Amino acid sequence: MTRWTPDPTFYPSPRDAATAPPEQLAYIAAFDRAAALPDAIAVVDTDPESDSYGRVVGWTDLPHTGDELHHFGWNACSSALCPTAPHPHVERRYLIVPGLRSSRIYVLDTKDDPRQPRLVKEIPAADLAGKAGYSRPHTIHCGPDGIYVSALGGGDTDGPGGIAVLDHTTFEVRGAWENDRGDQYLAYDFWWHLTRDVLVSSEWGTPSMIEDGLVPELLLGRKYGHRLHFWDLAKRTLTQTVDLGDQYQMTLELRPAHDPTKEYGFLGVVTSVEDLSASVWVWHRQNGQFAVTKVIDIPAEPADADALPPALQPFGAVPPLVTDIDLSVDDRFLYVSCWGTGELKQFDVTDPFHPVQTGSVRLGGVVGRVPHPSFPDERLAGGPQMVEVSRDGKRVYVTNSLYGAWDDQFYPDGVGAWLAKIDVDTENGGITLDPRFFPHGDDFRGRRVHQTRLQGGDASSDSYCFP
Amino acid sequence: MSWGHLAALAGLGAFHGLNPAMGWLFAVARGMQERSPRALLHSLPPIAAGHLASVAVVAAVIAATRSVVAGNVVGIAGGLILVGYGLWRLLSERHFRWAGMRLSLPQLAGWSFLVSSAHGAGLMLLPVLATVPPAGVHSGHAAPATGGLTGLAAAGVHTVAMLAVMAACAGVVYGFVGVNVLRRAWFNVDRLWAAVMVGAGALTIALAS
Repeated sequence: MTRWTPDPTFYPSPRDAATAPPEQLAYIAAFDRAAALPDAIAVVDTDPESDSYGRVVGWTDLPHTGDELHHFGWNACSSALCPTAPHPHVERRYLIVPGLRSSRIYVLDTKDDPRQPRLVKEIPAADLAGKAGYSRPHTIHCGPDGIYVSALGGGDTDGPGGIAVLDHTTFEVRGAWENDRGDQYLAYDFWWHLTRDVLVSSEWGTPSMIEDGLVPELLLGRKYGHRLHFWDLAKRTLTQTVDLGDQYQMTLELRPAHDPTKEYGFLGVVTSVEDLSASVWVWHRQNGQFAVTKVIDIPAEPADADALPPALQPFGAVPPLVTDIDLSVDDRFLYVSCWGTGELKQFDVTDPFHPVQTGSVRLGGVVGRVPHPSFPDERLAGGPQMVEVSRDGKRVYVTNSLYGAWDDQFYPDGVGAWLAKIDVDTENGGITLDPRFFPHGDDFRGRRVHQTRLQGGDASSDSYCFP
Repeated sequence: MSWGHLAALAGLGAFHGLNPAMGWLFAVARGMQERSPRALLHSLPPIAAGHLASVAVVAAVIAATRSVVAGNVVGIAGGLILVGYGLWRLLSERHFRWAGMRLSLPQLAGWSFLVSSAHGAGLMLLPVLATVPPAGVHSGHAAPATGGLTGLAAAGVHTVAMLAVMAACAGVVYGFVGVNVLRRAWFNVDRLWAAVMVGAGALTIALAS
């Protein structure tokens, strides 16, 4: 049943959203790499006044094994207030949770007991394949006319990957989103400039290129994705493709400006095969067309071969591996995860073309194994990976697993599981670890942890139609 | 049409004008996107035109039909349609689907036509028109053309009221209170509207039979 007044977590503009109250709970995707235990959504208490602050306070096991939970998202968000097809009286209550390996999509209801989400629907892989022609569902975004889901693989084929649309109310698969995909084949992330009718999508690899681990021959052969695609959101056609150059391998996370009058966004690139550096780029309009400009370069860090996993020994260096980025709702700070070197960097991107580094936190890392200050004896594996920023921009959450098969290559002695919280000085920039908040290890019951979603919304879940 | 009929038509128009989903919010968004009150003002006439077209089609059909068939047939059949449509709107949670915000003014009129039609905007004129004495009755022979004109006049009165309220809402939100007011003030008029439709349909049937 719909509400009489709009869902209180919907905000017309990013400016209004930044005044939202702090989140009380965080939802974390947790998966068992061995596929022996079911994957789960873990619920963590984020209320600093609570006795169970920073602890896992809820847990929902899924009915199958081997799903590999990864990214997930809300059924509805602030885009419900967009004026062309407004539906602000629906509730933000369901988590749409894809299994990246199983291609199943679960729908969990968080309303009755926010700490114990309840499974209400399961979309089998055959539905996604049969109705949309896709598999390996990845990113979820709540769109104006449905729920958009990117997918890395084809239904019965390796590719092309693309975007499927789910019905807002029934969650049934409506079909493939694209009318004309041009030569787009690889898929990964997507997001949009709603008021400009622009959808942007990026490239990783097809299932055969990633599911058994990073394939060195493909990487050195420059076969992973290195392009960015721009689409007409209304016509659902590809309008422009920008190639960054094939040395830039894996164009992953896309973070458009939240301000709907702006038409730029940030893209993280995992690595350059020329020097193992990672980079962040800005897409922007130039004379009517999109251009993509590199604005941040993060060099590899030299290391003794003895300290490196076999995959990296030939290079004598640790690549930063920028695998996630996140932009604060006020578009001021960009957070960049360096999963290889074990660092979260904060940049002031008030001028998107000239980012200024304003903060850094080190945790884990292939060589560094930096411990959390509250557990100084525990050398951490993995590094800051999935980043989530609270709506007010004051808190940042990071988890440490990248992707099962790839964790094993870069952290062969085990990646572990941890979730750290970082406090932000929103006035001057600067980030510090919260010593009271570090669920890790057995707290996650043998699972690895990937994306975090915050109750009520966060910096990577909502889009806005009003400035 | 009596003053009562005109007031009812204008009142329904005002109700449509008040609903953010029927157009004024889109006009505000266009104004904010372009940072220009002119963009807002220029958006209002096409939205009103689309609404007028949607309402006029239904109104003309009702009025013309009434000129050629017995009055209570239109009332009963129309009432049934209204009850059915209202129930469907009330029970179905599907919303109007549309992606794409950069519309030309003709496309904006087309959008408004579709959104008004999906809301069943014209159908609500049925109870009003069903009680207007059919045109041409006095002279003893029915005239569908005149009946159609009555329908168009009704749609016109309705749309003028809709445009006035829509312009007022858009102006106040754009110029003074800001869109954040929607978070508290956007009452679910769609649900109310559907319930009113069911009620009005039932009433029309009762009056006609």
